[in-house]
This record gives sequence, C-alpha cells and structure tokens, in this order.
Amino acid sequence: MSWLLDLAPDEWNAVRLSIKVATVAMIASLPPGVAIALVLARGQFWGKTLLNGLVHLPLILPPVVTGYLLLLTFGKRGPAGAFLAEHIGIVFSFRWTGAALACGVMGFPLMVRAIRLSIEAVDRKIEAAAGTLGANPLWVFGTITLPLILPGLIAGAILSFAKAMGEFGATITFVSNIPNETQTLPSAIYTFTQVPGGDAGALRLTLISIVISMAALVASEVLARRVGRRMDIE
Amino acid sequence: MTVQVDISHRLGDFAVNARFESAGRLTALFGPSGSGKTTLINLIAGLIRPDKGRIAADGRVLVDSDAGLFMPKHKRRIGMVFQDARLFPHMSVASNLRYGRWFTPAAERYADINGVVELLGIGHLLDRRPAKLSGGEKQRVAIGRALLASPKLLLMDEPLASLDEARKAEILPYIERLRDETKIPIVYVSHSIAEVARLASDVVVLMQGKVAASGPTGVIMQRLDLLPAEERGEGGAVLDTAVLRHDEAFGMTVLGSAAGEIRVPLLATPVGAPVRVRIRARDVMIATEQPVGLSALNIFPGAIMAIKPGEGPTVEIGIDCNGATVLARITEQSRQTLGLQLGRKVFAVVKTVSFDRANTGAGLPAEADG
Repeated sequence: MSWLLDLAPDEWNAVRLSIKVATVAMIASLPPGVAIALVLARGQFWGKTLLNGLVHLPLILPPVVTGYLLLLTFGKRGPAGAFLAEHIGIVFSFRWTGAALACGVMGFPLMVRAIRLSIEAVDRKIEAAAGTLGANPLWVFGTITLPLILPGLIAGAILSFAKAMGEFGATITFVSNIPNETQTLPSAIYTFTQVPGGDAGALRLTLISIVISMAALVASEVLARRVGRRMDIE
Repeated sequence: MTVQVDISHRLGDFAVNARFESAGRLTALFGPSGSGKTTLINLIAGLIRPDKGRIAADGRVLVDSDAGLFMPKHKRRIGMVFQDARLFPHMSVASNLRYGRWFTPAAERYADINGVVELLGIGHLLDRRPAKLSGGEKQRVAIGRALLASPKLLLMDEPLASLDEARKAEILPYIERLRDETKIPIVYVSHSIAEVARLASDVVVLMQGKVAASGPTGVIMQRLDLLPAEERGEGGAVLDTAVLRHDEAFGMTVLGSAAGEIRVPLLATPVGAPVRVRIRARDVMIATEQPVGLSALNIFPGAIMAIKPGEGPTVEIGIDCNGATVLARITEQSRQTLGLQLGRKVFAVVKTVSFDRANTGAGLPAEADG
C-alpha cells in the first residue's frame, strides 16, 4: 500500500492547490452568500425572481458555459477582469485565483440555498423582541439572526467547499490546466487518465479526493451537531 | 408619567381608531379578542407604524404622523412582554436577562439585576436554556428581560393568556409586586376581567377598534354593559380593602372596607396590607330586611342607587354601601316581588366562599390611588 502515500511532487501540489482553492472560494463566498440569501429570504422588490434565477444559473448551465462566461467577463480582456487588474491588482486569468472564482461561482447557488432556508426558519418575532430591548437592526442581525442561522451557514459553507473540490468544467475552461497554478485535483486526475501508465496516479488522487470530501462532511456534521446542542431550540 | 394615544390605523378591513390618555400605574387595555388591543400596544412599542396619529409617553413624542415623526422601536426605551415569551433560544437565561442592558446608556440604567432576579424569583434558572423552562418560568424571565433594559414604560401583551390557571396564579403576585415596588408605569393588555380587576389602576375598554370607555378600575368594572358577553358573569364591584385581622380558628381573614367588614378565606397577606377584592354581581343577594338565620357571613347595609336592565331576565342593581358601591345581578321577577326602587334601604349579602384566588389579590398601596 506504500504506493498510495508515495505521491509525486506534482500530485502533492494538486492536493494542496485544491484545498487552497476550495477554502478561498468558500470563505470569499460567505459574505455575499449571506447578503444574497438575506435579500432573497426577506426582501420584497422588483426583480427578485430575476436575481434568484441569476444565482441559480451556474446550477443549471453546463459548467463549460459558466467557465466561458467567466472567461469573457473576468479574462484579461473582459470588462471586469481588466478593471480589477488595473485598479485592485487582482488577476484571474490562468491563475489559481481564477480557479477559486470559478469554484466559488459554481458553489454559490448551493450555499445561498442552504443559508436562505435557515434564514426563513428564523422567527422574526424574536428579532422584534430584541428590537424592543434597544438593539438596532445591525445588532439584531449580529446577536440574534446570525447565531440562529449558524447551522445553515455551516451547511452552506461545507456544500460550497465540497463543490469546489470537485469542480472541473468551469475551472478548466476559464483558467486551463496548468500544473502548480490551476491544476486542481479533478484536472490532475483528468490529466493522468489522458497519459499511458497514469492509472496509479489517477487512483491515488481519487482516493485522496474521497478522503478530503468525507472529512469535510464529517466535520460539518460534528460542527452542526455541536451548534445545535448549544442552542437547544425547541 | 402619562401615556397619550390618538391614532387611526387600518389593517385589511379592520380599523383601529383610538384615543385615550392614562396616568395610571397599571393601565389595562381591556376588550374581547379582535377589539384592537394588541394592535394598539404594538403601535406604542413601535412594532407597527400607524397610518395616522400621535403617540406620546412621558412627554416624549414617539409618533406624530403630521410631523412625519416615527421613532424606531430600539430608540423608544419601551419594554415589552409578549404573550409568547420570545426568549432568545441560543442564550442562557442570564444572557437573555442581560441583553437589554448593553443598549441602555449607563446613566439611564436603573434596573439592578439582583433586585429583578429576586423580585421575580428566577435566581435558580440563570444557567438554564429557555427550552428547559416551564411556561410560567419563561414568562417571568421575559418580564425580567424587559425590566433590565430599564424601560420608561412597560407593555405587557396578554402575558398570562397562554398559561393554565395554576401558572397564572403563580405569576400574578409577581406582576402585583412589579406594579407596587417599581416605578415603571405599565400598560397591560388583557381580555380577562379577573386579571384586570386584580391588577389595574385604570382601564381603557376597547370595542371594535374604538375606545368604549376609560377610567379608574373601580368605576369601569361596575359598567357590566361594557363587558364582553362571555365574561359578563365575572363582572362586579372592585373594592380596595385592608387586612384587619386573621381568624385562624375558622380559617378566615377579615378585611376592612368602606362597606363594612368582609370575611374571605384565609389570606397570607399581613395585617394592615392592602387587598383588592372583586365581588361578582352574580354572587350578591339582596335582602330588604336584616337577614337572620342565614349562612352567608357578609351582610352590607346600603341604599339602592342604580337599577339597570341586564341581559335576559336579569336586572343590575347598584347599592351604595356607605360610599362603596356593590353591584348585584338579580332577576326582574325578584326585583318586582321585593319592590326594589331607587333609594330603598337594603342589605347586600355575599357568601365568604364566593371569594377565591381569582378575585382576591394584593391591593394597590394607598398612594397609588388618584
């Protein structure tokens, strides 16, 4: 079994890169994810259906299409890509940051759905009670709403992370498959399957992929249960 | 401290048009369900914005639609106790209690956590989660939480309505202590005559979104016509009395009132302490001569001051017993048989056993009246 742990440097890099990309994608998605979920759960405005559709688009479009749209928008010559590169110094095209963006976008609908459901389950009367005790809306959100939606937040974050670990189509279309820069686990596995004698490498990375995903799932279960026990909601 | 309300508000096809003013220590908003009580209290708390009108408390204008003013709820410093306690499920009882403190400017914090915990008897609950509390305990914690925000006015929206009789009896004394030992004026929503008669210094009666009457509790409770049909049997005179002595041998307490001595089942209240009793009109008999050979212990001489037709075969008769009004509900047949007319000298008769926990409670301290 020693061949299992005997990873080539390139393979290690793919593992490390995947975890980095998925973590960044998850963390960066959280603030906009909460904001959009809040707006969708509670807002009453014209264009809400449109926004909802837009958020869910990556779920229903072929990933290649999403990747290509990202390339058009955030690529070197894309309007958003050029603007960000010039003013903030963030470059997406053919960088690991682009992989994180693609993974974040693909996981976004899953995250928003989970958070939105938990926001809808919050009893707004409890928030009103906090208001009568002197808390302004921002404090109410921070001290009442946020703690109450924590299980949904964790579930959404883990879903986003898991999706990012497995994302392939949009990533490879947007930022290609460059070892050490944009070659995540799925891309590396795909590469192994394209070369003769790559079966062992593909199998190693596949097993590692399973282990990481299972670990994330178990971690979320444990976390959610701990939070749930602490809250003891009727 | 006065509360002034003059608003009109429409909810679907239900409209509230209410105008009242109260300077009482505990003002009850009383009326049947659907009369607009909760809407009114939500308007005062700032949970609803009125279509039109003005609300002021203690000289502070909270809402004035003409001036375009609407103070948001978190700036009003008005405590609210909801029917469903609405405790924060993710916090311990202690954290729930301390929540409002954070948002109170230090100079305006008058509520002291130890005092409130002691007042409400919740010291043993501090480490628990709200889910582990009984209904009565939850409501006591909710009252404490509202108090510890040091509010200028406390609103209570049917705080006992979701509790069974035993739990109500458990909480009522705490609300009495709240009324008598803190200086916070209270507005209390209820549809129960028993609660209103026991707790309120003033009553605002609401019917179909409008104020039908308002005034001191003793006066309003005699207007049986104002009471909802299903509660009418609970109506009657409210007398503020004081404990004269306890008769341990017979298990009775003797109360002194303007009408004379009233014997009620033994109370734990110390001698001299105020006690408020409600004498249900249906519990009062009328005799034209001093009764003899009668088991009832409470016999008050007086003169008939009012006769009003009641529901069905009944008439309601007000008897002035040395300044205190006792209300009796008898049949029209009895009235004619006895020849009861205005000014006639009669005796009002009340059985001791007609007094129970529901109509005997701690009275308002003397200085609270007026």
